[in-house]
Amino acid sequence: MAKHGIRVTVNGTAHEAEVESRLLLVHLLRERLRLTGTHIGCDTTHCGACTVLLDGHPVKSCTVLAVQADGRDVTTVEGLEQDGKLHAIQDGFIQEHGLQCGFCTPGMLMTSCALLKSNPSPSEAEIRAAISGNLCRCTGYVNIVKSVQYAAERLR
Amino acid sequence: MIPAPFDYHAPKTLSEAIELLGRYGEEAKVLSGGQSLLPLMKLRLGSPGHVVDIGRIPDLEYIREEGGYLKIGGRTREAALETSDLIRSKYPILADTAAVIADPIVRNLATVGGNLAHGDPANDHPATMLALGAEVVATGPKGARTIPIGKFFTGLFSTALAPDEILTEIRIPVPPARSGGAYRKLERKVGDFATAAAAAQVTLGASGAIERAGIGLTAAGPVPIEATEAERYLLGKKGDAATVAEAARLAAASAAPTADRRGSVEYKRQMARVLTARALKKAIARAEGEA
Repeated sequence: MAKHGIRVTVNGTAHEAEVESRLLLVHLLRERLRLTGTHIGCDTTHCGACTVLLDGHPVKSCTVLAVQADGRDVTTVEGLEQDGKLHAIQDGFIQEHGLQCGFCTPGMLMTSCALLKSNPSPSEAEIRAAISGNLCRCTGYVNIVKSVQYAAERLR
Repeated sequence: MIPAPFDYHAPKTLSEAIELLGRYGEEAKVLSGGQSLLPLMKLRLGSPGHVVDIGRIPDLEYIREEGGYLKIGGRTREAALETSDLIRSKYPILADTAAVIADPIVRNLATVGGNLAHGDPANDHPATMLALGAEVVATGPKGARTIPIGKFFTGLFSTALAPDEILTEIRIPVPPARSGGAYRKLERKVGDFATAAAAAQVTLGASGAIERAGIGLTAAGPVPIEATEAERYLLGKKGDAATVAEAARLAAASAAPTADRRGSVEYKRQMARVLTARALKKAIARAEGEA
């Protein structure tokens, strides 16, 4: 089983790696690049804890091969902060208590971040639909929605 | 969970991909969006020796009307279908369907061609395509051939595609004026497979009577079901409440669901009836001009 040389840009930095075909993107991020902000939850494409942006679109990184990301751009939760300043969506989750245990939070942040880029003024229903592939086992959805609304206002 | 080892191929052209599929035969699987294939491989329900990723082949993602057909590229992502203005305005049955497949994140990668070629009777597009009377284009070493959707699903997870063929396009006849369609699905939660679901597409004549009807059922047997008796019953009739109810009864009679955690056979057949009635009612309303 041949290894593949891949080049992936993660949070603006180009990385080169030799990977086995079967290496999942989430394992490349967590184990090779030591970016452990992206969580592994269900590992079966349901929970969304592993959500990252691939060329700007949220995807479940447990269901993408690392080789599929060759030549592409990945953003993880570590890439949200810029110059020591938290992204508005991160600030929103702090201000509105958008997390309890915090396990789903990285995925929620990435999905919400992509939503606000394509739809700067989402309705509550649109926010709930957008995060319907991210599960919060604390069931803290009310405050998650408020957090996204907070960020939307800040970004407008 | 990690898939069993395999060789990965990322051909840059369609002919290169077909050549690889020909070389490895039954050992190879096509990777489109990967949202069904990779979970299967992680669970070791499948361990192909070779994975041919068609993601680097250009010109397989498009949605356009041409020569009397709506043409959808095989690798078109569900998210593209869901947000397309053409689909939303003229083919609301497809927008209905895309919006209930898996969840929004999965739909950023999942593809329409993959949803069909996977051959899972619990997938949502097969029923819709049966209702629309679609054809799929299979491209292999000898070129392209079209397969009517009614002949495409040959068994559980089996299709009429040869091992060295790729589903490159879906063709849907552009519906005449006074046509409408809808897809209605019952699911336990976002992202679940259907407990039951129904697709309906109708065309009304000048008198308001139904001239063409297509009804497809999801998760209603080992292959996606076309409710042909219900379709025939509707022809020439006005789509009033009694007619819709009888057509839904006939459709449910053609369903052969299996019992699982989502419900018993009796429950699923009842839900097939209810959802057929709802889809049909909405399809008729849309044919009459409702959004």
